[in-house]
Amino acid sequence: METIKLTIDNKKAEVPKGTTIHKAARQMGIEIPTLCYMELHDLNIENKPAGCRICMVEVEGRRNLAPSCATRCEEGMVIKTHTTRVLNARRTVMEFILSDHPKDCLICPKSGNCELQAMANKLGIREIPGQEIAAMSTYRKDTSPSIIRDLDKCILCRRCEMMCNDVQTVGALSAVNRGFMATVAPAFEQNLEYSSCTYCGQCVAVCPTGALTEVDHTPEVLRALADPSKTVIVQTAPAVRAALGEEFGMAPGTLVTGKMVSALRALGFDYVFDTDFAADLTIMEEGTELLGRLNRHLKGDTTAKLPILTSCCPGWVNFFEYYYPDLKDIPSTAKSPQQMFGAIAKTYFAGKIKINRKDLVVVSIMPCLAKKYECQRDEFSTENNRDVDFSISTRELAAFIKQANIDLNNLEEGEFDAPLGESTGAGVIFGTTGGVIEAAVRTAYELQTGKKLERLDFTELRGLEGVREATIDFDGLPVRIGIAHGLGNARKLLDDVRSGKSQFHAIEVMACPGGCIGGGGQPLHHGNSEIIKARAAAIYTEDRKKPLRKSHENPFIIKLYEEFLEKPNSEKAHHLLHTHYFERKKKILVKP
Amino acid sequence: MSSIKIELRQEDVAKIKEICTSFGNDEQELINVLHKCQEHFGYLPAEVQEVVSDELSVPVAKIYGVVTFYSFFTMTPKGKHPISICMGTACYVRGAEKVLEEFKKELRLQVGQTTSDGKFSLSSLRCVGACGLAPVVMVGDKTYGRVAPDDVRNIIKEYEK
Repeated sequence: METIKLTIDNKKAEVPKGTTIHKAARQMGIEIPTLCYMELHDLNIENKPAGCRICMVEVEGRRNLAPSCATRCEEGMVIKTHTTRVLNARRTVMEFILSDHPKDCLICPKSGNCELQAMANKLGIREIPGQEIAAMSTYRKDTSPSIIRDLDKCILCRRCEMMCNDVQTVGALSAVNRGFMATVAPAFEQNLEYSSCTYCGQCVAVCPTGALTEVDHTPEVLRALADPSKTVIVQTAPAVRAALGEEFGMAPGTLVTGKMVSALRALGFDYVFDTDFAADLTIMEEGTELLGRLNRHLKGDTTAKLPILTSCCPGWVNFFEYYYPDLKDIPSTAKSPQQMFGAIAKTYFAGKIKINRKDLVVVSIMPCLAKKYECQRDEFSTENNRDVDFSISTRELAAFIKQANIDLNNLEEGEFDAPLGESTGAGVIFGTTGGVIEAAVRTAYELQTGKKLERLDFTELRGLEGVREATIDFDGLPVRIGIAHGLGNARKLLDDVRSGKSQFHAIEVMACPGGCIGGGGQPLHHGNSEIIKARAAAIYTEDRKKPLRKSHENPFIIKLYEEFLEKPNSEKAHHLLHTHYFERKKKILVKP
Repeated sequence: MSSIKIELRQEDVAKIKEICTSFGNDEQELINVLHKCQEHFGYLPAEVQEVVSDELSVPVAKIYGVVTFYSFFTMTPKGKHPISICMGTACYVRGAEKVLEEFKKELRLQVGQTTSDGKFSLSSLRCVGACGLAPVVMVGDKTYGRVAPDDVRNIIKEYEK
């Protein structure tokens, strides 16, 4: 490999040809500040529009300062990253960025977690000259079911555009207009609701400022908790326990399952349940559906559509409803675990504790922003009463716990309540890419072959490769499995299905890179895939620790079928636990 | 943003598809495709952009981004008599801004807008190469030189019949 020798801040270095100054400096332990640059290692994607101009450095012999994120190292370069000239320029640029930025930090949802705020502090900005003559931008605020866009706070870093287009291929956001009117928006500056947005929330996860934030439902939850006439129950998604600790200063990958349960109980929830229980239930329904279709296919029934696609991820459901409506009868009809939980809670559990479903409030803690939209979908309500009333993100839960003066670090380990809190290891691994299909394999294998599965860790289904495939031997029957995480990767598999090239029997898709552990509602990981890997490892640890690791062995699932649902894919199960999909692409509304 | 909602006729859609095909439905040719579409329709309403989006497999948000970035592209139809005021250096120093203000006042229009009867539209441009006649105003293909704010009323009158 051809290399280049250069000097940065009086330190000598040798880097591969093509390396940018920013990367070379980082390798030497020099972090050049930036507001727009973002590198997503494992996705091989870089955002470097050289737009913020904060990362300017001085290159000896050059007249102008160079943006380090977009300038390649050259032989013999002598670079200085903190001369007076650089620092002055950086501060001036920052002052320009701040001149038309709202000064409502005190009440901004991103306060304390805002890269712009941190940068202003780092650069020691103490006044903002020129703000009295700067034309303040005045975009309207757009509130969708999941995401709030407050474009006055946009600094045009274009990270959201990168996530939406290059990673997710959703194409909802683009840079539009020019000059003072320049911003990032959906087509025709419509609201997100009228765009191809899937609410995956990856734009929110990378936004350096308060321009993109989630819709906060904690006030409604608080109100429900304070209402004595309501019984409030909570379900926690698998990925939450592997990331919540980060918001309390714990290392990425710290499991906080027991502490999280205690915190929720301290917050006043009447029952603390687990979405993992519903994940086990999903496996029963989805796995049975998979085997049904597979066996019909093997018998030569051409109406049995294969591959079957998983349907647990609402961002993914939104994606295929928009871009692949012609394939909408291919995904499993099984509802997502969140919605299965809601449906069972408001029927079976409400019956058990003898209350009306209207007096039962179901709250979900999700690593996800699309779940907020999902629980508001019309088909998931009965008589205007939602199966899941409110969905709040991992980040919102952390803020909620802090508001209640609870220190997560010092809590005892609590236990989930019965009956909807009991889960197997299969339910836990739903939180990471490959986990849903691994859980399905553990159950489907035993149901199909009637034999006991000896090996429970299907490492061939794990990992962070964007598209993975594996063939699992079902006692002589090879079952071909495809896995994609990130909607851009899903699109590759979907295009093959559409053109008839796909050879898979089952495909798992999760919208977010890494799966739910990298979800749009998780603590911000700033593109650092090591954090994602640590969370995945935590999920697999939790799985290994569970005494039961196959969904169909969950005693409360068995009891639920005996007492209530009869058997998987029964008429009652279909009514409560299955759904159907719609074509979502509507003509864009052109409003005055 | 455009406030005009139009219904594309079948032949309009066919025309857009024909333009896209002539560029091999290549997304790299987006700007050329938009040029041709604007040449044909006179402007680029949202509905046209949607068809181009489907044909070139480019998200419609991206297309809108391009349309709003380049000042040549417009989402509002030009008037029957498009009025352009030169704001190039020579015209500007000789008072083009005052002439533009007068047009705005007389027609009750902002730059980039069209009168509700579709008769006039107002735009500014940079240098028509007639600096000796500064300030210069163009109405359609006709050029007016050394225009003073007082002349504006009469210029408009010529076209009001």
